[in-house]
Amino acid sequence: MSIELGHFALILAFAIAVVSAFGGLVLWRRGQRLANVMSHAAILQFVLVAVAFAALVHAFVVSDFSLLLAVNNSHSLKPLIFKISGVWGNHEGSLVLWILILVLFGALVAAFGRRLPADLLNLVIGTQSLLTAAFAGFTLFTSNPFLRVANPPLEGGDLNPILQDIGLAIHPPLLYAGYVGFSICFSFAIAALISGRIDQAWARWVRPWTMLSWIFLTLGIAMGSYWAYYELGWGGWWFWDPVENASFMPWLSGTALLHSALVMEKRNALKIWTVFLSIITFSLSLLGTFLVRSGILTSVHTFASDPARGLVILAILAILIGGAFTLFAIRAGALRQGGLFAPISREGALILNNLFLATAVGAVLVGTLYPLVLDAIAGTSISVGAPFFNFTFSALMAPLLLVLPFGPLLAWKRGDLVAAGQRLVAAAALAVFLTILISALGGVSISMVPIGLLLGFWVSFGSIAELIERSRLGRIPLRESLRRLAGLPRSIWSTAIGHLGLGITVLGIVSVSAWETERVTTLNPGETTELSGYTIAFDTFEKVPGPNYVAETGYFTVTAPGGSVEKLEAERRIYVASGMPTTEAAIQTYGFSQLYLQLGEPLEDTHVIRVWHKPYILLIWLGALVMAGAGMLSLTDRRLRVGAPRPAARAIPEPAE
Amino acid sequence: MKRILAALALVFVMLTPALAVSPDEVLDDPQLEQRARDISAGLRCLVCQNQSIDDSDADLARDLRILVRERLVEGDSNDEVEQYLVDRYGEFVLLNPRLSANTIVLWVAAPLLLAIGLIGIFVARRRQATPTPAGLTPEEAAALAALEDDTDKRS
Repeated sequence: MSIELGHFALILAFAIAVVSAFGGLVLWRRGQRLANVMSHAAILQFVLVAVAFAALVHAFVVSDFSLLLAVNNSHSLKPLIFKISGVWGNHEGSLVLWILILVLFGALVAAFGRRLPADLLNLVIGTQSLLTAAFAGFTLFTSNPFLRVANPPLEGGDLNPILQDIGLAIHPPLLYAGYVGFSICFSFAIAALISGRIDQAWARWVRPWTMLSWIFLTLGIAMGSYWAYYELGWGGWWFWDPVENASFMPWLSGTALLHSALVMEKRNALKIWTVFLSIITFSLSLLGTFLVRSGILTSVHTFASDPARGLVILAILAILIGGAFTLFAIRAGALRQGGLFAPISREGALILNNLFLATAVGAVLVGTLYPLVLDAIAGTSISVGAPFFNFTFSALMAPLLLVLPFGPLLAWKRGDLVAAGQRLVAAAALAVFLTILISALGGVSISMVPIGLLLGFWVSFGSIAELIERSRLGRIPLRESLRRLAGLPRSIWSTAIGHLGLGITVLGIVSVSAWETERVTTLNPGETTELSGYTIAFDTFEKVPGPNYVAETGYFTVTAPGGSVEKLEAERRIYVASGMPTTEAAIQTYGFSQLYLQLGEPLEDTHVIRVWHKPYILLIWLGALVMAGAGMLSLTDRRLRVGAPRPAARAIPEPAE
Repeated sequence: MKRILAALALVFVMLTPALAVSPDEVLDDPQLEQRARDISAGLRCLVCQNQSIDDSDADLARDLRILVRERLVEGDSNDEVEQYLVDRYGEFVLLNPRLSANTIVLWVAAPLLLAIGLIGIFVARRRQATPTPAGLTPEEAAALAALEDDTDKRS
């Protein structure tokens, strides 16, 4: 019964979305009266999709195997958290989650957007409803999650074991919140193009939404990377897999958008470019959805490979993106540019940032799609893998990192490069000194390492240079300095911290690429091996049954160079329902470094043991967390919350005595 | 029955992870082994999803790793080993595509985009810079003169 209720709710949401898309995009001039209706429609869509989603979750939790989706993806023995996350661990369910987040953002605009001009609100919710209609329609007509089975089986087929992890509970919702959040920027861009009105208030509205989505996407990507690192079993953390690229491109482009929206908000310049980036960013999110959902790419992310579905998604994509760019081509000329500035200025630096980020997006896009296109045109199969991306991407990022610390130190309109350089001398000197010191101590086998280190330190120190400069640290009493620091605007803090996070991530990447060590050996219980000063003793080995798998567990004792002793367990699991094997690595953290130990297959009566020492690898994800934290700090800035003045409240007539 | 068992056994063998580089594959000469690792990281495991043979646990990847080491032991240079594999499996095996007529677009894409972006910025600036602010209208000039006159008198 609840399944049918959910099904009906989704159909109803689809119908309302169709009507509200029409109403918003065609009748948008009707003003406030329509806006009231549109707001209610947006909230209603959210409630209905939430009901549909809840029906699915309920079926999974109670193991209702009359639901085809639950049969294919659930198992009654699975822990509760994986039953719930199993809802979106498949094609149909993940689409419903996608739509849920889409309508949630629409409802948020309706709830917080009462101060928006009515025309703009109508257009934004109209566009948002159009997206909902497209994806709800796609779900209902090609990938219906509410199908029943006539003769329900007693047990389900279980979820892909690699996905039975806390990562699945967190990674997709975060990533989707980021992807789909950019739909708001898209809707605002479309609204600006249709109405021909775009001003600083528009940018002030778009920027917090961009920031919010960007925070989610940053966390989602970092989370996915860490998940792959500990789950896939060989300690890689980024593979330039097409699906990873699909999430990375909106991130890069969203980062560019954050910076260009800043120029628009402060200086009323770069309007057309900002609108263009808004469209591009969400288009890349849609492209990501298409690449993952169409089955063009096979990977652990692809749940269904059905060409018919792929074609429908491609058609939706072509209409939405093609329509948006056609609109852009026709209407962009109507948007007036403003705000002149000299090449050397804050604006100029932000344009340079956008140039490199946009080029990086292009390079990753070409690299990801090139094999598909070449195969289709010439029938030749080539691979474009990590070596290509590492080279191209680093070559584009190096100049960006080099100029990054200058940006925040330049004034708007006309900056002084020499003065900015003088304020960065200390940061540069410190970075050079540390690079030489570490290169000398650590031994450098790859020639690019010192450059990477230098850039990492340079960005880290350069970002906090402004904080030190403004607090006059060391030149006035410490308490006075701290008081000044606390009084700095949040925007300066979030800029500095965000850039510092980037520097930290760069340092982590460089360190682990340069100084990772590995030992592959065979061990029997009772034997020991050694790696980078760590002694690893293989204590015992036993077979342990788990809830829905059987595990072979190796127990290890690791002695660190400092003398601390840790007990570790590494597992190989065979899942009962699917018979699929997985490995659970044992990971021990030492400061920011980790020891990664994996129990391999048996080999001639012994066990293959692989151990990696990953120096400062945690900096990679710590940097991402710092970046996301800086974004949250920026969201609390008062200037972002006060978007536009509140319309005067209507005076309430006093009741007569 | 025997057939079913054989099929089951086959399935089991396919599913058992034979994880990346096994100790029995490793060469005794550490220098040769390091070269083997470097080459392996750039070779695609042909049956996997975007993994190098150095990372992959597939049987084919293992075979290729052993093949790479055999060629190295026989004295091939890194390029010769790569060529040997390309001859057998095609360019698809290389994770870092070679520069050729087919891949020229791929390799020039990034520099080209950067150049287009730079030109775009330059053109946009030129276009923006052209409309110089219009001169003062006669009324404004008169008002300004009056103001200056006023200031002069006060000082």
